[in-house]
Amino acid sequence: MEQAKEKLRAFLARHIAGRTIADEDQIFAAGFVNSMFAMQLVLFLEKNFKIAIGNEDLELKNFQSINAMAELIERKTAHSEIGSNS
Amino acid sequence: MELTFEQQRLRTAFREFADAHIVPHANSWDRVERMPAEVVRQLASMGYLGAVLPADRGGAGFNMVEFGLLNEELGRGCSSIRSLLTVHSMAALAIWRWGTEAQKAQWLEKLGQGQAIAAFALTEPEAGSDAREIRTEAVVSGDDFLLSGHKKWITFAQMADLFLVFARSQRGPCAFLLERDTPGLAISPVHGMLGTRASMMAELHLEQCRVPKRNLVGAPGFGLSHIASSALDCGRYSVAWGCVGIAQACLETCLQYTGQRKQFGTLLRDHQLVQRMIARMVVGVKAARLLCYHAGQLKDAGDPTSMIETSIAKYYACRTAAEIARDAVQIHGANGCSSEYPVERFYRDAKIMEIIEGSNEIQEITIAQSVCQEVADRLHLVKVES
Repeated sequence: MEQAKEKLRAFLARHIAGRTIADEDQIFAAGFVNSMFAMQLVLFLEKNFKIAIGNEDLELKNFQSINAMAELIERKTAHSEIGSNS
Repeated sequence: MELTFEQQRLRTAFREFADAHIVPHANSWDRVERMPAEVVRQLASMGYLGAVLPADRGGAGFNMVEFGLLNEELGRGCSSIRSLLTVHSMAALAIWRWGTEAQKAQWLEKLGQGQAIAAFALTEPEAGSDAREIRTEAVVSGDDFLLSGHKKWITFAQMADLFLVFARSQRGPCAFLLERDTPGLAISPVHGMLGTRASMMAELHLEQCRVPKRNLVGAPGFGLSHIASSALDCGRYSVAWGCVGIAQACLETCLQYTGQRKQFGTLLRDHQLVQRMIARMVVGVKAARLLCYHAGQLKDAGDPTSMIETSIAKYYACRTAAEIARDAVQIHGANGCSSEYPVERFYRDAKIMEIIEGSNEIQEITIAQSVCQEVADRLHLVKVES
């Protein structure tokens, strides 16, 4: 999970330059980001962690902070591993 | 730009389709401000209306580079029919990307086969570039939402069976699937536009339209940030390639014209000032096409930078198309101002491209902010390291 957080910090630093984002900071609530960012973040998560974000994942609590996204990744990755073994 | 064998084969097929079914008729569609149902059926029969959908969902299964090539060839023939591909693909992609399994099962195959036509209903009289200002409201009523509001400049709304419509709710912006025959929905055609005149534009008046909750696409609050944003990214990409098509059409028309018309006893193509315009066209078309191709490759790779690269491609391609179309009219002189030649249509259509799917100015802001953030991040890192 720490590795995922490292990647997320690096990605966020590119889009929220000049600010320090703590793992629990509310990214969207703070208004740090532009209109394109939310979808760029989805693409980033999908490509870097080999997960598919769909309708069922659209809850703010999944994307609101680095911690929340790391948990989402862990959950989705666990699901896909179960799926691949079945 | 190196296309695969399959991409070359598809491009040839797209070009032949456009030359046979679109190019000969585009001026007349523009004049009567209508797109005949027959050409939409032909488009559907080729599978082109399912271009962005995978084969197992009734689509053609094209990748994004191939979808781009299709947009270029349709755009070379007629920007109005390319607009149909744009808005239909935007809505189809949104359902495929964010829809529920039931929505996908109900709509994707129909849309992919062209049995239903979809349109994208975001813009309102008071909400253009600033989509956050939409005033269409969705109010919960039992198991339904009641939608009320006014949508304007909706491409192919005269023809669409299904609308991906955006509204504000108590829980934030939402996207809904709204069927044409929903009671309370009135559709009034818009005529007399400057360009893309055959794009069957209309206004939607929604008066307490009852839409079941199961027609919500995505989740409340995600309507603009995810559903509209991903659809608009597809739209920008489609328009960018369509602009390459307009520019290519201008170039080809000018090469033909300047090779036939003489002034001062010399073919126009042998006049140096005409050669300068031709040279600029050639370079502009190639550069725009390369930017579009680059964005397409990134999209196929699922790369998050594909979105900003699409903005860059769209910005460059539509400005290039507008400049090239202006020069194409100039080269044609009075003939170019007449509807006997297609360049005046290209000129009018190209202007539209600088406004839709993010105006030039919105793209400039987006691109500048993106690069400023990247630079600021690098400077920040350097500062930390020192």
